[in-house]
Amino acid sequence: MSIFLNENTKVIVQGMTGSEGTKHTRRMLASGTKIVGGVTPGKGGQVVDIDGHQLPVFNTVAEAMSATGANASVVFVPPKFAKAAVIDAIDAAMPLVVVITEGIPVHDSASFYAYSLTKGTTRIVGPNCPGLISPGKSNIGIIPADITGAGPIGLVSKSGTLTYQMMYELRDIGFSTAVGIGGDPVIGTTHIDCLRAFQDDPDTKAIVMIGEIGGDAEERAAAFIGEYVTKPVVGYVAGFTAPEGKTMGHAGAIVSGSSGTAQGKKDALEAAGVKVGQTPSETARLLRAILGR
Amino acid sequence: MDLFEYQARDLFEKHGVPVLAAAIATTPDEAQVVATKIGGKVVVKAQVKVGGRGKAGGVKLAENPADAREKAGAILGMDIKGHVVRTVMIAAAAPIESEYYLAILLDRSNRTFLVMASVSGGMDIEEVAHTAPEKLAKIPVSAVDGISAAKAKEIISAANFPADVADQVANVLVKLWEVFQSEDATLVEVNPLVKTKDGKVIALDGKVTLDDNADFRQPDHGALIDQAAENPLEAAAKEKGLNYVKLEGEVGIIGNGAGLVMSTLDVVAYAGEKHGGVRPANFLDIGGGASAQVMADGLSIILGDKDVKSVFVNVFGGITACDAVATGIVQALELLGSKATKPIVVRLDGNNVLEGRAILNKAAHPLVQQLDTMDGAADRAAELAAK
Repeated sequence: MSIFLNENTKVIVQGMTGSEGTKHTRRMLASGTKIVGGVTPGKGGQVVDIDGHQLPVFNTVAEAMSATGANASVVFVPPKFAKAAVIDAIDAAMPLVVVITEGIPVHDSASFYAYSLTKGTTRIVGPNCPGLISPGKSNIGIIPADITGAGPIGLVSKSGTLTYQMMYELRDIGFSTAVGIGGDPVIGTTHIDCLRAFQDDPDTKAIVMIGEIGGDAEERAAAFIGEYVTKPVVGYVAGFTAPEGKTMGHAGAIVSGSSGTAQGKKDALEAAGVKVGQTPSETARLLRAILGR
Repeated sequence: MDLFEYQARDLFEKHGVPVLAAAIATTPDEAQVVATKIGGKVVVKAQVKVGGRGKAGGVKLAENPADAREKAGAILGMDIKGHVVRTVMIAAAAPIESEYYLAILLDRSNRTFLVMASVSGGMDIEEVAHTAPEKLAKIPVSAVDGISAAKAKEIISAANFPADVADQVANVLVKLWEVFQSEDATLVEVNPLVKTKDGKVIALDGKVTLDDNADFRQPDHGALIDQAAENPLEAAAKEKGLNYVKLEGEVGIIGNGAGLVMSTLDVVAYAGEKHGGVRPANFLDIGGGASAQVMADGLSIILGDKDVKSVFVNVFGGITACDAVATGIVQALELLGSKATKPIVVRLDGNNVLEGRAILNKAAHPLVQQLDTMDGAADRAAELAAK
């Protein structure tokens, strides 16, 4: 099992004909993802050859879905056009939309997130995220597929490279699904959504949750763990040394006043019974101890 | 980006929010000229991006232009919570009857926009929010629907604004929404919004935060950057397109990915506790594709920081291959030549790691040493910085 995607997930790539889109379509195909086509407005009707796969291009997500039966979309469209692309996918009632694009104005992401709620048929992951992978089954986004294989760990993280680092630290054990939810102020899928799905997924035996400074998502996740999650959870929070008022790379990673500090998040997680590591390596050791490996 | 009050005022005026006549001055003489133009009594206000300015003595009433000159002289150069006053705004004085509060902001927790409104505005609004939260109405606004005239009326009525100003305040709220949306703001705050003795509603002080991600469609926002306050290293990094933040410390940091770099800072700070308390000197994320040029730009910024005693390059090869990163480091050191003088600790892992380590071993640069783990490399970099 896995969460949000599996070996039967059929994926279309919005922005497949752009350079990033083409590059990552190639990588996703190589890792076994069922890519069934692409969407680029104005280029409908073309067929693109990517490593021997003949992939049809459509003008809209609705056309792509009816022609291919796609049930997931991944968005590599530049910030300027990202909102229109996501709205197109929501209008088509695409069940899963993974938005990789970095640098989308928060008015646009707030707008497409609010729009998705009014329709109620689309789960958005991201924006500004690495996507999600169930090793050996499907890989939607840019997470390297060769770090590790399938296993009992579920991982949810705001950060892309920390996701890779943690998968690498625990590569001998493996993952059911790893989800990079993104570091922007407004994201479609939260830590809580992933924690709930991992709790309900019979193949996930333990959960790693990676957070970072900014907002109160980790505090909310801690409260949720206390209420709902019975599987063991280990946590890591980045940004203890971040000063107030300075944005640390991710648009959402900023400490304002006393809110959003790493210490506050760590305290909240520990109060919910989550073991929190001081470094990624220590976090991995905590998880090993829990699984006895 | 946070704006100065005068910049917020100008944006308000541009979008039809009622404001008072005002202009800025950077010298007492200029203040007198501006005050003469405005005429009558004026208020001289320190322009700093920090709260508590009024209580610190940064806002003074002036009876006439000569008095404005004197008050500006007292305020310019003042240090308010570490912010030196370089500019004052001179604004017409208004006889105030009531002070209200109005703000539109991004509510991250609920992933929506939020209006906050209160009839108890002024300097103590934060106190009001804590002790009498029922006096601060908080009403969510959908990013899809925004604030129409009808929605504004509904909000103003929920916040119990008096009937004689309700229409004016609702109108201000609609205009503030226009500022919020069309300028890509994440915060638009008016405190106080006042009713004057003659019954007019005016935005007396404002705070605006703009979304840097929207710069591509906001060509006017570049001019609002406070060049004088930028750290020179940060400005140089920005010019090179690097994501760099200067910190107080001795270990220069380069990494890929915001989360991993934040984590690297923490790990170095922990390691530093064992080595005389050395700390990370900066945040620098070189992003996904670490070309030789990007690495050279990053290294030269960090080696240009006189506080830096050692450098820690921490890369996990995801999309980026470690051999490309290693080649980047070697080429960067060639480009920098004798300008590279600090020891550089490199930790590579992930995609093509063996090839990457081999390239650095073959180059055998005297400044570069490699370690296999993030914790081990952080410890070595801290140790070298403490020497």
